[in-house]
Amino acid sequence: MTGMSSEWTEVGKIQDIPKRGSRCIRLGEMTIALFRSADDRVYAMEDKCPHKNGPLSQGIVHDNCVTCPLHNWVISLETGLAQGADSGSVMTFPVKEEAGVLFLSLKAAKEVAA
Amino acid sequence: MKQKLVIIGNGMAPGRMLEYLFEADKDAYDVTIFNAEPRVNYNRLMLSPVLSGEKSYEDIITHDDQWYLDNNVTLHKGAMVSAVDTTARTVTSETGIEAAYDKLVIATGSNPFIVPMPGHDLNRVLVYRDLDDVDKMLAAAKDGGRAVVIGGGLLGLEAAAGLREQGMDVTVLHLMDTLMERQLDPAAGYLLEKAITDRGIDVITKANTKEIIGESGQVRAVRLDDGTLIEASIVVMAVGIRPSMSLAQSIGVECNRGIVVGDDMQTSIPSIYALGECVEHRGMCYGLVAPLYEMGKVLAENLLDKAAGYQGSQTATKLKVSGIDLYSAGDFADGPNREEIVLRDGSAGIYKRLVLEGGRIIGAVLYGETSDGPWFFDMLRKGIDVTEMRDTLIFGQAYQGGSPLDPTEAVAALADDAEICGCNGICKSMIVDTITELSLTSLDDVRAHTKASASCGTCTPLVENLLALTAGDRYSPNAITPVCKCTDLGHEDVRRAIKSMALKSIPEIMQVMEWKTSCGCAKCRPALNYYLICEWPGEYEDDGQSRYINERVHANIQKDGTYSVVPRMWGGLTNAKELRAIADAADKYDIKTVKVTGGQRIDLLGVKKEDLPSVWADLGKAGFVSGHAYAKGLRTVKTCVGSDWCRFGTQDSTGLGVKLERFLWGSWAPAKVKLAVSGCPRNCAESTCKDVGVICVDSGYEIHFAGAAGLDILGTEVLGQVKTEGEAIEYIAALIQMYREQGHYLERIYKWARRVGHDKIRNVIMDDAAEREALYLRFIKSQKYSQSDPWAERSAGKDAHEFTPLRNFTQEAAE
Repeated sequence: MTGMSSEWTEVGKIQDIPKRGSRCIRLGEMTIALFRSADDRVYAMEDKCPHKNGPLSQGIVHDNCVTCPLHNWVISLETGLAQGADSGSVMTFPVKEEAGVLFLSLKAAKEVAA
Repeated sequence: MKQKLVIIGNGMAPGRMLEYLFEADKDAYDVTIFNAEPRVNYNRLMLSPVLSGEKSYEDIITHDDQWYLDNNVTLHKGAMVSAVDTTARTVTSETGIEAAYDKLVIATGSNPFIVPMPGHDLNRVLVYRDLDDVDKMLAAAKDGGRAVVIGGGLLGLEAAAGLREQGMDVTVLHLMDTLMERQLDPAAGYLLEKAITDRGIDVITKANTKEIIGESGQVRAVRLDDGTLIEASIVVMAVGIRPSMSLAQSIGVECNRGIVVGDDMQTSIPSIYALGECVEHRGMCYGLVAPLYEMGKVLAENLLDKAAGYQGSQTATKLKVSGIDLYSAGDFADGPNREEIVLRDGSAGIYKRLVLEGGRIIGAVLYGETSDGPWFFDMLRKGIDVTEMRDTLIFGQAYQGGSPLDPTEAVAALADDAEICGCNGICKSMIVDTITELSLTSLDDVRAHTKASASCGTCTPLVENLLALTAGDRYSPNAITPVCKCTDLGHEDVRRAIKSMALKSIPEIMQVMEWKTSCGCAKCRPALNYYLICEWPGEYEDDGQSRYINERVHANIQKDGTYSVVPRMWGGLTNAKELRAIADAADKYDIKTVKVTGGQRIDLLGVKKEDLPSVWADLGKAGFVSGHAYAKGLRTVKTCVGSDWCRFGTQDSTGLGVKLERFLWGSWAPAKVKLAVSGCPRNCAESTCKDVGVICVDSGYEIHFAGAAGLDILGTEVLGQVKTEGEAIEYIAALIQMYREQGHYLERIYKWARRVGHDKIRNVIMDDAAEREALYLRFIKSQKYSQSDPWAERSAGKDAHEFTPLRNFTQEAAE
């Protein structure tokens, strides 16, 4: 697994993710969802709703939130926190964009996956 | 330095007390609350609607987390207080949290009384007191079976009705001869019993429960002392409540039936106060909300060193089982100087009973027709001498002035200080004044500013009448419900604007109609996307990111994140080649579950998302297309075998079903659309509970619409009869187009029809040939752009990004 030894790992290009959409990264048992907002910000979090483990990557992206496809929990893409009356949080990961290429910090992810 | 106020308990009484306190002086105290329940303050009166499924927990929250933040209240959730040191003035929870106090308020509420019969400690012997109890009942109800409710009082009957709504068989066991015997005489108790049994609930009176029988810790049955055995998967005890005072006793506070308090709500230990269901005041314990709120007001004033005294309360209550009207107030016990006035109307199911003493009303029970309840209760509270009107008193307020009043006039006739909302102690003038001062125009406004009708909600019609009376034209009872929180506009406003202003994209709508969020939400975006598709066929480009996942990937997401695949089987017909292809796909893609659906086709469950395009490609080779089992659009056309095979069949119902499905498939709609065609009035295809149904008869085709067999069950209405297959198809397509153009997103046909009126729809489709044809042509135009198989497109590579991960480190590592 070369490329994973440094903190930042290249994972793809921003245009590979639809606006207001999501793509997934598979990492062992874990799936990380990358979200791209309407204004081209990119966020990464575990693809797992704190409610019933719904795949958040399949939800509708609006403002800086995603609505889980299973039971409509709304999760903040910035903080990973459930919004409104629900409470719970999703693990988020640092992600950065350089000239359209996306880099993900998998440090935290590897610790969990290991 | 601010004084420290610690409150033990976070029910409705201390919640209301704090509202009074903060309203008078926001900064008087640093407030800390210990709540044994792991949640915020919610409206316990509304547990029955939560149990019956009419409301959710979110709907009944009184103070959300933000309220505690805004008011600087420290709330410890799930923290049961285990010790109070009255010398050091500290409180400690079981979880080890300690807080110091200057003033302490005990509001521990009450505990449900559990009859210590054998088996009372078995699993699923429940009580009905808080949200956890409701959750347990709902969980138990999922498994079905029979619920036995012990106790036929208010709470027991509400629990029984709720569990019945949840689909359980329910038996109510009541010790006395008739239900609610404290409020109702035997005849009225019988009326109530009949109304309860009419809902499919069994009632056994004179039922003395001997034991609850279990098997490996689980409830199995209940045995009565006469030997009767009733199977039970849960038992709910609703035989009464007892003030919860063990903590108070343990610290030496004087207790009798409850925690004894004076008129200032102080206990026997200075600086320690109590309120709510746990207290005993002048020998009375209260279990209804109005007195608790009055106590809250008095306590708030005393905490601010304003002398105030609680004088005890008169109480009125209503049974909160929808469809059964029961109101009771005051005291109904027989007594030497008491007389009764009773009105019975057996056929109308009405019973009214007033108890008089010394020319004054001291008790009132109304059953079946309760609109005079507040009027009687008002006279009861004020001790008005009713001797003058005694002869006509029982007929109600309307009879006192001569001619009967309409509801608005009846409200207008109420005295200014007549109580409207018993839960919150709000009188008529308070509501009228607030509406006038703040120019309120909606029920929600009135609730927010006065609290009237914000608790149990049974006074809502009265408050609405007051609004109509006071706000006049500014109040429109059918005020628009906004599409979502992103806008104040309703669905109709949006649809009209899309058409009249020729709005052709979601951002354009949001811009022009001043959306409050930058790109909408999961509620409005799918709605807008549909409205645009419907209005501008061929022009508007579908926005996949504004579609719910199932419609975006053309399969149904399952709880584990896999998908289900349902190919179309036209009219429910299939053949050996198709079935072979399904079997092969199931083998090849390791599809665990293959199920026949209610719509006469086959569901392949547990398909991995990445496999979807290949599964579709394989099925496509056998001629299958998407069944749109995920769509807000045409789903299935169910058929019977009709005149081809059936000895009763009058027409080729299968053939018509296939033709309809071939014509209608692919069309998007506000919500799913299910059809059926039956070959004769025996109706084997169950046409009369579908969105649109056809029943073939010798002389032609009877078209039905607006049925339902889901959350609601509703038989269809007849749209009309036509002579030929061609007409049937044309009329049905026109009907569906009318619904497509008028329906609110997610509104099924039966709800749309209820909103716009069945007759209006019938007049257009059956009688207005020009309009019918125009609708039909618009449907045909729309279909030109919707009938391409989404599965074929995707197995050929469309939206490939949906079905492959951006990067797969697991696979890379393996390679």
